[in-house]
Amino acid sequence: MGTGQSRRDESISLLSCEAVACARGGRDLFAGLSFALRAGGAVHVTGPNGAGKSSLLRLLAGLLEPVAGRVARTASCALVDERAALDADRTVAQALRFWARIDASPAPMIDSALVRMGCAHLAAIPVRLLSTGQRKRVAIARTIASGAPIWLLDEPANGLDRDALPLLERAIADHRADGGGVVIASHITLALPYVEIVALAERGRS
Amino acid sequence: MRIWFALFARDLGGAWRRGSLWLPVGFFLLVAALFPFAVGPDPMLLARTGGGMLWVAALLAALLPVDRLFADDADDGVLDQLALRGIGEESVVLARLAAHWVGFAAPLLIATLPAAALLNLDAGTLTRLVIGLAIGTPALAALGILVAALTLSLRSAGAIAGLLLLPLAVPILIFGAGYVAGAGGGPVKLLAAASLFLVAITPFAAGAALRAGRS
Repeated sequence: MGTGQSRRDESISLLSCEAVACARGGRDLFAGLSFALRAGGAVHVTGPNGAGKSSLLRLLAGLLEPVAGRVARTASCALVDERAALDADRTVAQALRFWARIDASPAPMIDSALVRMGCAHLAAIPVRLLSTGQRKRVAIARTIASGAPIWLLDEPANGLDRDALPLLERAIADHRADGGGVVIASHITLALPYVEIVALAERGRS
Repeated sequence: MRIWFALFARDLGGAWRRGSLWLPVGFFLLVAALFPFAVGPDPMLLARTGGGMLWVAALLAALLPVDRLFADDADDGVLDQLALRGIGEESVVLARLAAHWVGFAAPLLIATLPAAALLNLDAGTLTRLVIGLAIGTPALAALGILVAALTLSLRSAGAIAGLLLLPLAVPILIFGAGYVAGAGGGPVKLLAAASLFLVAITPFAAGAALRAGRS
């Protein structure tokens, strides 16, 4: 990892994978996968469709059990996937406030997270009226407001427009500067300095 | 506890905003209004059979919300988001059970009054019906939650939920209707026992079903 990040203690491991194997529906996706996410670090998971990127992130989140190996987390994590997990019949601010209550994060965090994703004007809009990109922005804002040190971002750039992409990169950079870590599964290359690449190959092809 | 109250408030508030609180009640009252058309307007017959009939109506009304109890949250990723925060499925289920019971039983008990008037029930029968429903609705709510969790990953969950729930509800119906018919205090104690049992096992059984459905 980088020389520019020497002011932090980089020996703190947030998340580590040891020889992890994953199978879904009787099909082996990957095996023997090992990597570690350190404070301030970033891991970019790449691979073709169906290689198991989303499954790997769910595995890291503890939502799936590995068939072999071990996943160790030393901090809480937040996940952004294709589902926003926001109540459709509430306004953006109300839906985020529910998660803030669950996460015990202070209310001003919601506003600042919305501002950072450029969607402060959406706070009073019902979630069901949001577009795909707006929904994604709000889901990322929920992750920012959660205060969790580990971010697991599954295709976070999907649906984001040209203005939102730099905001996402900026949010990730700020999070890393605060000592957080990020695991990103994406086919879009984001501007991430000092990123570790974990490439998943499609089984049976390569 | 803070998390539990947040979940409870969200579940109850969501049911209120979606208007799903009134659906079972409307169904219950509709059945009560239809019954005299089917068996004829004989007040004696209605008074004798009405109490048991309202128990059947309450049981069928308990089926209505089952297919939406967990489906929206599963589709939206809310259940996953709660799980990755380390919140146990048991407490998620318990919060939903409490919210579902409040949202289902309270309107139903109020609707029992006009329904009893429609069926010419006397005061004693009405009292036993209300007491029985107050004791039996936690069991119906728990069964609904349990079946909703078990059928969550199935395609046509609604139809299968009915097939699963109704046979399991037979004891509740027997004890509830027996108490209404004036069989003494025995049935109501058994009804309370069935209620306690179902409320006690539902968080664990439904929680295990939600966990199993995630992989």
